[in-house]
Amino acid sequence: MSMVWTLAGMFAVTYGVRAVLWLGDGHAFPDSVRRALNYVPIAVLTAIVAPVVFVHEGAINAGWNNPQLAGALVTGLIVWRWNKLLAGIAGGMLVYGAWRWLL
Amino acid sequence: MAPMLIGAAPFGLIFGTLSVTAGMPAWAAIAMSLVVFAGASQFIAVTLVAASAAPWLIIATTFVVNLRHALYAASLWQQVMHWPRWQRALGAFVLTDECFAIVYHKANSGEPVDMPRYYFGAGFAMYVNWCAFTLVGIVLGRAVPGIEHWGLEFAMAATFVGIVVPLLKGRPQVGAALAAGAVALAAHALPYKLGLMLGAAAGIAVGVWLERGRT
Repeated sequence: MSMVWTLAGMFAVTYGVRAVLWLGDGHAFPDSVRRALNYVPIAVLTAIVAPVVFVHEGAINAGWNNPQLAGALVTGLIVWRWNKLLAGIAGGMLVYGAWRWLL
Repeated sequence: MAPMLIGAAPFGLIFGTLSVTAGMPAWAAIAMSLVVFAGASQFIAVTLVAASAAPWLIIATTFVVNLRHALYAASLWQQVMHWPRWQRALGAFVLTDECFAIVYHKANSGEPVDMPRYYFGAGFAMYVNWCAFTLVGIVLGRAVPGIEHWGLEFAMAATFVGIVVPLLKGRPQVGAALAAGAVALAAHALPYKLGLMLGAAAGIAVGVWLERGRT
């Protein structure tokens, strides 16, 4: 029974956070807020990715022996150079897999 | 769209396998994916369930971890403000990291796009994908021990790297990314993914600050 309450609560807070702004009507953001919101994707996605790439078993590792870092660099390079998202992900996954297998 | 589905599939799978190791009943794991649909908070919830944490603690943690979705909603407001209310109510349910990333990517690609259709296509493809792979994960978790340590979750990191790199068009954008990454790393040991919120706030602040310096 407590599991049902947990799930209901998780739904309520998650949906609430996502919906509260969209269900209020007729608000327009001032220019300064709109400018700040332009940086949301870069800031949030980078903040999600950085620990995944650099933190290994609780410690920061920026060395050549970090497979996540090797894979992420290859993905970034392919997307930057050729602007091909799927190829970048595939290349990064391959290098990541190879790194893990070799080390 | 395809990269997102491929990137998210391992997460659903790993969530499913972890729920098995955490001793969570299968119905609860599937129900969580069906009604909550928020990967990071579901991973943490599974860990907390395994540690027999109180429901209120799990719910409060979920709230903090998912606060970033309010930023996504604000960021996409321009796209959805003309939708009927019921569409916004439904759309909010599928507003995940991946949905936001792909819709934002598309909206800024310069290509013409039928936004409600694209948004709901992306959102519900992600939803079905997430729930289906949760189920696959539960089945595999019982059949293949140790699958959660294969490193499949790197697919999502690669996807987000691929989304961010084309956005780094100038100094404010690069500065925002560097600040967000550095602060998130420095604060990675904080509980409840607070490092994520701090990193995001730092990135936005630095981006806005560098942009002001230019004009």
